[in-house]
Amino acid sequence: MFTFIDTILIGLTSGAVYSLMAIALVLVWRSTRVINFAQAGQALLSTYIGFECIGRFNSYWVALILAMILGAGVSAFIEIVFMRTLFKRNTGPIAGVAPIIATLGLLGIIRSGIGIFMGGKETIIRPPVSNIGYTISGHTFALSPFKLVIVSAVVVMMVVLSLIFTKTNIGLALRASAFAPEIARLAGVKVDAIRTLGWAIAGAAGAAAGMLQTPNGTGALSPDSLEFSLLLVFGFIAAVIGGLESLIGAVIGGLLLGLVLAIVLMYINATLLFMTAFILLILVLLVRPQGIMGKKGGRRA
Amino acid sequence: MTTPSALLGVENLRVDFGGLRALNDVFLELRHQEVVGVIGPNGAGKTTLFNALCGLVEPSKGQLTLDGKSHAWPKTHELVDFGIARTLQGVGLFPDLTVVENVMIGAQKFAHTGFISAAFGRSKDESKLRDRAMLALERVYATGLAERRADTLSYPDTKRVAIARALVSEPRILMLDEPAGGLGAEDIAWMNALIHNLKLQCSILLVEHHMDVVMSVCDRLYVLNFGEVISSGAAETVRRDPAVIAAYLGASAT
Repeated sequence: MFTFIDTILIGLTSGAVYSLMAIALVLVWRSTRVINFAQAGQALLSTYIGFECIGRFNSYWVALILAMILGAGVSAFIEIVFMRTLFKRNTGPIAGVAPIIATLGLLGIIRSGIGIFMGGKETIIRPPVSNIGYTISGHTFALSPFKLVIVSAVVVMMVVLSLIFTKTNIGLALRASAFAPEIARLAGVKVDAIRTLGWAIAGAAGAAAGMLQTPNGTGALSPDSLEFSLLLVFGFIAAVIGGLESLIGAVIGGLLLGLVLAIVLMYINATLLFMTAFILLILVLLVRPQGIMGKKGGRRA
Repeated sequence: MTTPSALLGVENLRVDFGGLRALNDVFLELRHQEVVGVIGPNGAGKTTLFNALCGLVEPSKGQLTLDGKSHAWPKTHELVDFGIARTLQGVGLFPDLTVVENVMIGAQKFAHTGFISAAFGRSKDESKLRDRAMLALERVYATGLAERRADTLSYPDTKRVAIARALVSEPRILMLDEPAGGLGAEDIAWMNALIHNLKLQCSILLVEHHMDVVMSVCDRLYVLNFGEVISSGAAETVRRDPAVIAAYLGASAT
């Protein structure tokens, strides 16, 4: 029984982090129709920024906020400098995928850039509150104060984003630009600015994912960290499971993936983790190609 | 030459799609409180002309004047700031937004709140734009549809909502792309009455196939064929122009 409860707890907390990454990927996809592979690099960069901020301000929380703000800035910069330029030169047979390939390139550049400047440094981010599980009647559960922080961070992010999307005019413009940019432009929406905003919010979400995931794991940051590659892969799978268009879908996808992986980890074998994630991805695509929250028929204008 | 008092003037407009010349030497003028129709057989370039005016296609050459002053061809998102609003042939509502939200999209130029204040607390903009949107819906008698999702509407209703979305920006120039297209007789009569009504508030540029509607609402006509203006002037005169009759007969014969 304890094992089962722990499995669920592990699944939900790791799933929460995948959800954040998935939210970032969905926001970028919705605003520009780009799969942003650089997201993992941006998250890594933001987490390094966060690490520097911890050293300077001596507070994880201040660092988390600053990492998110600067992560948003980096993301907006990438959109303005690279994506807009690529979209403007939108000709030739690979025009449609050129921005996506460019994000792969950016991922490599960011990672090796960090390697050059920060590679030799020992970088550890410790959790701001204990990551040792609560003990109730002799059993130490897989739920620690820091894991509660992770889950609440995702809940807060989700609530703020859904308020923005459903209750504000900016949210309306974001949804309209995502669905049909030309029509939105005709109606007077500044689609370019809205796209940059979508990337910025994604950058902040990715930064939060990196800042939460690192101390939740070993705490060690490195330019070729496997943790960030996993974050990208699992975040991407979560986003696709959720339908790639929907923020709620991204969260559901992240939690589902987290739970399935936790079950495999606890009851079967850790070596099967990767394969399970990809089997889940393929299964969802085969059974429900539009994803859990996706709509059939795609976009109409 | 364009009349100095004209609201909108186009001269020498040329649009090329690759090797294909879609529009050549097109001219057009829209004056205050006027309804001008652009007619012509299918493929004559009517929608291309609209698209060029809206920044959706880039002219190879041509001059644009607004209020008698020469002006660069507008970028799409700047149109509403110039007081131009357009409906689309394909209607183009956002299916998963409600009707009132769809109309609010058209009112973006009245939004002033920055992102930060929008994110924290429900902004004043939201309710201000909602009020404007409801007023626009009232003008097309569609307030009852406000909270419906756009993809649940009947086709004639989507057309009304699309017009409301254009009206909400309070345009001086309203561009209607086939407002009566796809409608039944009853709805066409209704649309006809609506356009007569709108005419009191703004100038209208209209692309339309239903000749009854065109003759009923338009003051002047421009007839396009193969991308060129083959006739223009008062609606009654143009209708009797042998070149126009030939173009239409020629088109229907092929």
